[in-house]
Amino acid sequence: ASQQLVGVVGLEVHAQINSNTKLFSGSPVRFSAPPNSLVSFFDASLPGTLPMLNRRCVEAAVMTGLALNCTINKKSYFDRKHYFYADLPAGYQITQQRKPIAVDGVLTYSYFGEKKRSQMIRKSVQIKQIQLEQDSGKSLHDDDRSQTLIDLNRAVGLMELVMEPEMKSGEEAAAAIRELQLILQALGTCQGNMSGQLRVDANVSVHRPGEPLGIRTEVKNINSIRYLARAIYEIQRQIDAVQSGRAVQNETRAYDSKSVPMREKEGLQDYFMPEPNLPALIVYEDNASLPTGIDPSQAVVVQKIKDRLPELPGVKRDRLVQTYGILPEHSFTLVNEDGLMEYFETLMKTTQREPRKVIGWVTNELLGHLKQRDMSVSQPISPAHLAELLKLQETGRISSSAAKQVFQEMWRSGGKTAWQIVQEQELGLVHDSAQLHSICQKVVDSHPDEVHAVRNGNKKVLNKLIGLVQKETKGRADPVLVKEILQ
Amino acid sequence: EFIRKLWEGLLVQSKPPLTSHFPFPAQIPPDLVDKLERLALVDFRTKQGLECLEKAIRFADQLHVVDTTGIEPMDSVLEDRALYLREDTAVDGGCAEELLKLSRKTVEEYFVVPPGNIPLPKKEERSSMLKHSEL
Repeated sequence: ASQQLVGVVGLEVHAQINSNTKLFSGSPVRFSAPPNSLVSFFDASLPGTLPMLNRRCVEAAVMTGLALNCTINKKSYFDRKHYFYADLPAGYQITQQRKPIAVDGVLTYSYFGEKKRSQMIRKSVQIKQIQLEQDSGKSLHDDDRSQTLIDLNRAVGLMELVMEPEMKSGEEAAAAIRELQLILQALGTCQGNMSGQLRVDANVSVHRPGEPLGIRTEVKNINSIRYLARAIYEIQRQIDAVQSGRAVQNETRAYDSKSVPMREKEGLQDYFMPEPNLPALIVYEDNASLPTGIDPSQAVVVQKIKDRLPELPGVKRDRLVQTYGILPEHSFTLVNEDGLMEYFETLMKTTQREPRKVIGWVTNELLGHLKQRDMSVSQPISPAHLAELLKLQETGRISSSAAKQVFQEMWRSGGKTAWQIVQEQELGLVHDSAQLHSICQKVVDSHPDEVHAVRNGNKKVLNKLIGLVQKETKGRADPVLVKEILQ
Repeated sequence: EFIRKLWEGLLVQSKPPLTSHFPFPAQIPPDLVDKLERLALVDFRTKQGLECLEKAIRFADQLHVVDTTGIEPMDSVLEDRALYLREDTAVDGGCAEELLKLSRKTVEEYFVVPPGNIPLPKKEERSSMLKHSEL
C-alpha cells in the first residue's frame, strides 16, 4: 500500500505546418506579419466562402506521420469542432475528429540519465494520432480598456499530435519534444520554434503503479523545452497534495503570467459534427493504386512521400557513430544542439586529427563556451580557425594547456587566428634546447635536495623538477625535451 | 447506396408507417429542452413547442424501421466526389481594408471585440430576454 506515487504525463502538440499558404485558403503564411494583412474572405468567415484544402499541408501531415511510424489512413474525414470565441469567427474549427490522417505511431527519444550524466536512457512513446486542423486567429487582451484585439492572420494549417500518457517525468517529456522538434525540422514540415510554431500542452496526473490514473490537470502554453521540464513540477505538486490528503482538482493551469480566459466548451450535442463542405480526404499508396481519371499531379501518393523522407535525427546519430567512431552520447549532443553537427563535420574535413580527439573540443570547449554565453554555433569561432588550433597542438607547437588558453583568447578577440594569438602572447612551446638547458640548469642549481633524491633513484621527484621548469616557462616548455635534458 | 436503400425502405412502408416497429416515443427531459434552447437560441418550452419537437422526433423515428444491415453508413452526400486539393501558391489575402470596414470597431489593423467569452444567457435571464419570441 505504501507504493510510491509516480507521475504520468501525456502531451498534446500543435505544430504549425511550414507552407506558403493557409490550410483552407490561398492567403499567404508569414510569421509576424502586420495584423490581418494575410486574411481572405474565407479566413474572416464571410458567408458564402468555402474551404479549399492545401495539398502541401496534407503531404506534410503524411510525411510527419511516416517519420513517426504511423499508419496513414487512406481515407480520413474532416469535422467541425464548435466553440464560440472571437478569434474563431466561423464559430467552429475544422479538424479531424472521427478519422484523422495518421494513427498509431511511435516516437523514440533518448536523454542523459539523472544519476549518471554520461549514461543515455532510451525510451519511446506512442503517438495516438496526427490530425490536420485549422489554427484559430490570435487574441490580444487589453484588460485596461476591457477589450480584445483580433488578428486573423494565424489561420494556418496545424498538425495536432496526441501522445499517450506514458511519460513519467519532465525530463522525459522535454526529451520527447526535443526529438519531435528535430524530426519536424529535418522534414521541413514545421519550423519548430516553440514561441508559436510548436505549442505544447501537458496533461499531468499521479498514481500508484497498477492503480487507475489520478485526476489530471492540464498545463497549457508551455513555450520552451526548459519550461516543459519545469512545468511538470506539477507532478511534485500533485504528489504533495495527495500525500497530505488534499484532492487534486481537475483544472487548467496556464503556464503564463497573464490570465487567459478559457474557452467555454459546449455540451456533446453539437460540439463535433461532420464538415459538410469537404468530402473525405483520400490518399493513395502508390501510383499503381491511383484510379483512372485521377490526375497524378493532383493526388497525394504515400510512396512518393516515403521516397522523399530525409535523414532523420536517429539515423544521423548512428551515421556519426559509425563514420567517426565517436560515442553515442557524443552523437546525441552533436545532433541535439543546433548547428553543432554541421560544425563538427566541417571541422573534420579540415583537420587531420582523430575524431575522438576533436569531439572533446566541440562538445566540451566550444559547447561549454556557447552555453555560458547563450550563443548559437554559427557565431564565434569558425571550424577553420579551430582546425588551425588543433593542428598547432598536434604538431607540438603548443601544449594542450596552452591550446585551451589560446581557445579562450580566440573567443575573446573575435576573429584572430590561433597562430596570431600564440605569437602575440608567446604561448608557443619552447623547443630551443639552449634556452631550455639554461632554465633547467637554474632549476637544478636552486633545488639540490630534489636533485639528490633523483640521483638516489626517486623518479617521482623528477616530475616535480619538470613541474618547476614548466612554472618558469609558464607551461610553454616542450615536456619531452625537458625530461631528456634533466635526465 | 445508403440513401437509396433508405428511400426505398420508406416508400414500401404503408402510410402511416407501422408505429409498432418504432422505438418507444422519445421523452424530452427538461434539462435537455433547456440545453437545446440555449444552443438554438430559440425558446420553445411552451406546450405547443414541445409537441412540435416530439412530432419532429417521431417523424425521424421511421428511419429505425428501414433495414440497413450490411450497408456502410454515409458521411456526406459528396462521398463519391474527390476532394479537390489546392496548390500551395498564394492567390488570396490582402483584404484587410475591405474586411476591417465591416467591423463596428477597429484599432489600427485589429478587429475589436468584447473581452473573453460571453456566456449564453442563463435560464432566468433568457425568459425575460426572449419573451417576444414565442413559437
